[in-house]
Amino acid sequence: MKLAGALFAAVIMALVAVPAAAEYADVVLNKRSEKEGVRPVVFPHWFHRIRFQCRVCHHELGFKMRVGANDVTMNEISEGKFCGACHNGDIAWGADRCDLCHSGKPGLPTGIFGGHETGGPGRW
Amino acid sequence: MRKDGLHDPKSPAIKQLQEPREALSRLPPDTTGNMVRWVQALETGVIQPRPSLKPGVEAEILDRDILLDLKGSMPIILFPHKRHTQWLACANCHDGVFEKQTGATKMSMFQILAGEQCGICHGAVSFPLTECFRCHSVVRPGQVKPAIPPGLPRSHNLPGPP
Repeated sequence: MKLAGALFAAVIMALVAVPAAAEYADVVLNKRSEKEGVRPVVFPHWFHRIRFQCRVCHHELGFKMRVGANDVTMNEISEGKFCGACHNGDIAWGADRCDLCHSGKPGLPTGIFGGHETGGPGRW
Repeated sequence: MRKDGLHDPKSPAIKQLQEPREALSRLPPDTTGNMVRWVQALETGVIQPRPSLKPGVEAEILDRDILLDLKGSMPIILFPHKRHTQWLACANCHDGVFEKQTGATKMSMFQILAGEQCGICHGAVSFPLTECFRCHSVVRPGQVKPAIPPGLPRSHNLPGPP
């Protein structure tokens, strides 16, 4: 009976404990961050597409459409390239607000996360 | 966001960043991906994403549908340039990912599922590859559309379709 009770409890726990998931198209960038002593970046792609069409970042600003393919440094951002085109303290918060972008859990790999249907191929 | 597995619960940003639900729950609901009908959101003006950082630059829209895979067994693919150019620049696909000439690029679901071709976006940021019939949308003569339920159960507690 004890075993059955424990099993029952385990099943209930499994059903109730819905894992909170990352949002579909949350992007983690950690090519350099942790090596340079800051948290990985969590880039909410979904947030940005509400405000900008794809072409703004992926054409005008030159972001390649492949996570990890862009080699972006803080120097470039401070010079107004890539994220720095908007994150300049004018359109959006500036590069001095490190924590707002570098907000990821330590140890996360670069990649696209999130969504209940993105458990597929890992190339993204 | 504190428990999403991505954000560091100790990060001071947690209190300042917008929760996905706050932004997305106001948009036309879908059954998959961000649970948002992004094209509908754009076309109805619910969102008005800027076409450029430069003032006065308008989006270059191409209203041309392309039929693909005319000889296959799945329903024919109808590719709407319009919905894609409402977001993307021509150069995002042409030439590179796809040749401009219809049929010149050999396409396969293997590549798409591996994150190439359409899979660069679909499955990553736009509706995922579980939604076969959103692309394979033109039923061939005599063909019965296979019944696959659209999307999985809602998990974001977003409002259902009207």
